[in-house]
Amino acid sequence: MATTLEAPRSPYARSARKNGVNWEKWGWLYMRVSGVLLVVLIFGHLFVNLMVGEGVSALNFAFVSGKLADPFWQIWDVAMLWLALIHGGNGMRTLVNDYAATPLTRGIFKTAILAAVVVLIVLGTLVVFTFDPCPAGAAFADLNPKFCSAL
Amino acid sequence: MSTSTLDKPVVPETIASFTVTFNIRRFNPEVDDEPHWQDFDVQMYPTDRVLDALHKIKWEQDGSLSFRRSCAHGICGSDAMRINGRNRLACKTLIKDLDITKPVYIEAIKGLPLEKDLIVDMEPFFDSFKEIQPFLMSNVAATPGKERVQTVAQRERFDDTTKCILCAACTSSCPVFWTDGQYFGPAAIVNAHRFIFDSRDDNAAVRLDILNDQEGVWRCRTTFNCTEACPRGIQVTQAISEVKQAIMRGRA
Repeated sequence: MATTLEAPRSPYARSARKNGVNWEKWGWLYMRVSGVLLVVLIFGHLFVNLMVGEGVSALNFAFVSGKLADPFWQIWDVAMLWLALIHGGNGMRTLVNDYAATPLTRGIFKTAILAAVVVLIVLGTLVVFTFDPCPAGAAFADLNPKFCSAL
Repeated sequence: MSTSTLDKPVVPETIASFTVTFNIRRFNPEVDDEPHWQDFDVQMYPTDRVLDALHKIKWEQDGSLSFRRSCAHGICGSDAMRINGRNRLACKTLIKDLDITKPVYIEAIKGLPLEKDLIVDMEPFFDSFKEIQPFLMSNVAATPGKERVQTVAQRERFDDTTKCILCAACTSSCPVFWTDGQYFGPAAIVNAHRFIFDSRDDNAAVRLDILNDQEGVWRCRTTFNCTEACPRGIQVTQAISEVKQAIMRGRA
């Protein structure tokens, strides 16, 4: 009797190089570039929100809607949203490649990740650019940022 | 009586030896259904190596223990194995560097098909080594009877990666190699690096193109397992990163 153990990994034939974009290379480069940008964006975000002025106690509806009314912070937040979600999604894709064993599970996980990334990016972008900083109604009167009364 | 005499007899200094327990992962394909752990007690000196322990077991306790070794001095690269969870050469791991209050665990390197005890099938490892074309490819013929001349600085550029002994300690410590059947593995990239940055070689572009594959250098996760495992102290992860940079630049 001779037992043969299951091979720990199955070397399959390398698929012939498809001409065109090398996504793996650009994905790797994207991770490096977006990583550096995100360090600046995220720590800038945290510093402005949590440390400047009154610090964390200044956070309320007025503070957030005031920021989202400013084109500078709109660009900042949207850049953060896109860079971080694609960075995270690409990282998760790598993990799936590492740990999902069959093409079917790989496909399911990658589709789910892509769907989550697309939905969150679309939703987030919509919120940032269509946000109404001065909602009407008496209930919001005290919450609205100060510039609303000047409108 | 002024003649000097030996006041005390010279007692040769005795070197303390101690009993070390080795837990070895055994597998005999003719008898076993799956690998199992077996422990051996061996009398060892601190200056002994793990390879000496394996010899003592094979010669004095159980002749069926199978492992590879050739030069036994860290040059041939035959006896890479997983010692206490880390890939090491058995011939370069001293007993005094291990915690012998607990058993020492020894098993075959991971990620390659296990054949018997500590012996694995190295073919998948050498297959990816062959794929990067590890030989000098020059467009100019050398002057008859002369060497291909190179400056000290040009040699220094790839000095680190010439040290590779192809023991597979790095490749079999790489988590991407364990799971991805296509990844070249660190050793193949190190040996590609050795020729890519060699001023006498003219085919760097070919090797860079091979490693620019979807499963080439881009699968590297910079976990530094390979650098930590290398018995020759090669900065493996750095070499892989240099190949990545060369691909981005499009030349060595």
